[in-house]
Amino acid sequence: MSETLLEVSNLSVEFRSSRGITKAVQNVSWSVARGETLAILGESGSGKSVSANAVMGLIDSPPGHITSGTAMYRGRDLLKLSRSQRRDINGKSISMIFQDPLAHLNPVYPIGWQIEEVLRIHGASASEARSRAIELLEHVKLPNARERLRDYPHQFSGGQRQRIMIAMAVALRPDLLIADEPTTALDVTVQARILELMKDLQRESGMGMVLITHDLGVVAQIADRVVVMKDGKIVETGPVTEVFKDPSHPYTRQLLDAVPGQEPFRHVEQKREVLVEGKKLVKEYILSSNPFKRNAATVTRALDEVSFKLHAGETLGIVGESGSGKTTLARTLLRLTEPTSGEIAYKGGNVFSLKGGDLRDFRRKLQVVFQDPTASLNPRMSIFEIVSEPWAIHPGVLPREKWRAEVEDLLVQVGLRAEHADRYPHQFSGGQRQRIAIARALALRPEIILCDEAVSALDVSVQAQVIALLKDLQKKHGLAFIFIAHDLPLVRDFADRVMVMCKGKLVEEGTTEEIFSNPQDPYTVELIAASPHHDPDAHARYGTA
Amino acid sequence: MTTQTANPERPKPALWSILALLRRDKFALIAAVFLSITLLAALIAPPLLGGTGIDMDLMARNAPPFELERGFWHILGSDSLGRPILARILIAAQTTLLIAAAAVALSMVVGVTLGLIAGYRGGLVGDVIMRLTDIVMSFPSLLLALVVLYIFGPAISNVILVLAITRVPVYLRTTRAEVMEIRNRMFVIAAEVTGASVFRTVFRHILPMVAPTIATLMTIEFAFVMLAEASLSFLGLGVQAPEFTWGVMVAEGRAYLATAWWLSFWPGVFIALVTMSLNLLSNWLRIATDPVQRWRLEKEVASDE
Repeated sequence: MSETLLEVSNLSVEFRSSRGITKAVQNVSWSVARGETLAILGESGSGKSVSANAVMGLIDSPPGHITSGTAMYRGRDLLKLSRSQRRDINGKSISMIFQDPLAHLNPVYPIGWQIEEVLRIHGASASEARSRAIELLEHVKLPNARERLRDYPHQFSGGQRQRIMIAMAVALRPDLLIADEPTTALDVTVQARILELMKDLQRESGMGMVLITHDLGVVAQIADRVVVMKDGKIVETGPVTEVFKDPSHPYTRQLLDAVPGQEPFRHVEQKREVLVEGKKLVKEYILSSNPFKRNAATVTRALDEVSFKLHAGETLGIVGESGSGKTTLARTLLRLTEPTSGEIAYKGGNVFSLKGGDLRDFRRKLQVVFQDPTASLNPRMSIFEIVSEPWAIHPGVLPREKWRAEVEDLLVQVGLRAEHADRYPHQFSGGQRQRIAIARALALRPEIILCDEAVSALDVSVQAQVIALLKDLQKKHGLAFIFIAHDLPLVRDFADRVMVMCKGKLVEEGTTEEIFSNPQDPYTVELIAASPHHDPDAHARYGTA
Repeated sequence: MTTQTANPERPKPALWSILALLRRDKFALIAAVFLSITLLAALIAPPLLGGTGIDMDLMARNAPPFELERGFWHILGSDSLGRPILARILIAAQTTLLIAAAAVALSMVVGVTLGLIAGYRGGLVGDVIMRLTDIVMSFPSLLLALVVLYIFGPAISNVILVLAITRVPVYLRTTRAEVMEIRNRMFVIAAEVTGASVFRTVFRHILPMVAPTIATLMTIEFAFVMLAEASLSFLGLGVQAPEFTWGVMVAEGRAYLATAWWLSFWPGVFIALVTMSLNLLSNWLRIATDPVQRWRLEKEVASDE
């Protein structure tokens, strides 16, 4: 092992507010050496970002207070630097990239200008800065780097923006790069390429890397050593291969078990009646604002002749990356948008010609759970009001005097407590909120529940719990699920059949086992290969994506 | 999204718990007390002080404030005809508050309704509403008032109507902008997907989210309307003598600003105090009705115990 770059020891940070003291991290110690990648792994609220933020001087004080510890970098304690000393180190010697590149790039300046600014601040001339910016963008493999210098951040895709951020971060050849969830917002295939790029850059420059993530697959793919955090404390630390193969702490064990895609495939039962059938659905969006100029270039097909069948009591997984049309399909199914052509049949009748009572009946039978439980619950309504609202919308389903008991029963069914009914959404964690959304979906005793990325925003262990709950409910009520996700392993455990979508087209369809063990379409193959596997040996076997 | 550790069971917001919440915010409490007193004055002052307020005393012309020799009612000074300012302020509270409250309420109801339609429905109807608003906004409001009041005559009801019409666009545009953002939020879509009627979506999910903004806007508008009414009265098209308002009193004192500042000052102070009180109270209301923020008021309940 080569020289240690940064050594954090006994760091404790707390946040003080009028509601008490929150100990964000307690006695945390880790170090990173030149050429090494250290992963800090933890779920939300584990304090995984706090220690890195303390090193970069990003803790707002107040409310944050560093109560103990040191962070030694080249003989200096980074926690005790003045502002001007810090400017010498931040960016130049230690730089950082973040989860959301769009939020961290200034929307009113071209990207070339922004990269040059980094160089100019630290003393490069204008022409030097220009040529170095092009060099950097080529280095991070941004296509047509020279021509795109004058483009603005919104003109790039998510993956390209993250490449630009990385270019800015490595512009001054830092010793250490701290990456806070660098690929969380990206599609799996894009994530694989970004991780590869980071690995390449590290190999060339020999910089140390600290990677903060919640994703065990990402850790297995690129990290050398891992620090596992829970509730502000380090529970386990060691080389990735050792920790993942033989975890010593029960929490690490629990995390590894919760990773989706480990269970045997679901046994496909014999076909029952077809509940919903989509026939050659096409949805076109016209990009040109001029209604008289319609040609192929101005029309984009979000859905391109997509057909599907959903049987009673089964789970249909729909997988695709951003732009694949899976959200448009969900919106069409919910009758939030009308397709350009094609139809959706519900028990034989076309959904789009339903009116009045029939439409209400359809709405009753098809319920939905959205991705972001924070946004899908009205913050001003109590849990009782939220869960009982479907009965208020559909009078006659349940008499009002029974609402209270039924809401409490539903809350218990989804793993919450009856007395939670009087609370408000903000008083719950993300996983609990999603349970509330599921309780609301169950209120009308539907036949079908559409889960639009319903577990994507949740922590791994919470994800596993919510999926277990959905399976349980399916068994109990004979529900059919349409389970939309961007992540293949997630679908693997839960779906009977899987549809893979790409650019509005249905590229492959089959039972879950067929799709995973014998994928036919090259895109499906790429998608399966790109999803990071939590077994470090798997990457050695396939190579990184 | 912090996870909450302590969750004291909260009682249902009934009248007494609302009062308890009010007690936690000292400024809002003082504001509420001041507004209650003003309201009480508006109700009982005209019959009780009617005589005192119009008693002319030429010996006391522009008498300075803080002198008790002419009697208690002259403590804030006397106006150009020697009438006691304090008594006149209390009497004027009725007409002032009536005009302002009616104009604000009317413009709010019309503006919010049209704003909801324009924001939620959009389309042609929305466009028509917006263009009509643009017309009202681009037409000088004072000129509009002059025309209307000249044609229909300067009655209090006409003053209210004119003030309401000119202030509708403020509510309309604010409501529309908020509605357009809120109607695309996930919980609104969730309600629509469950089959909620337009009525329910708008009144149960969208309106409560817009309400705090509207409440704050109303308090600011209250002051604006009081002053607008004063300028109309100053031009002789607003409130007609013998009726008078705080605005009229400010306007009447204008000629004596250099020699007797108290003529305009005291009614001005009342306009400012009422506005400020409404503002504080609306701020409190915003926090008290928001489940996410309510702990700020409740926290102190816990620390008291």
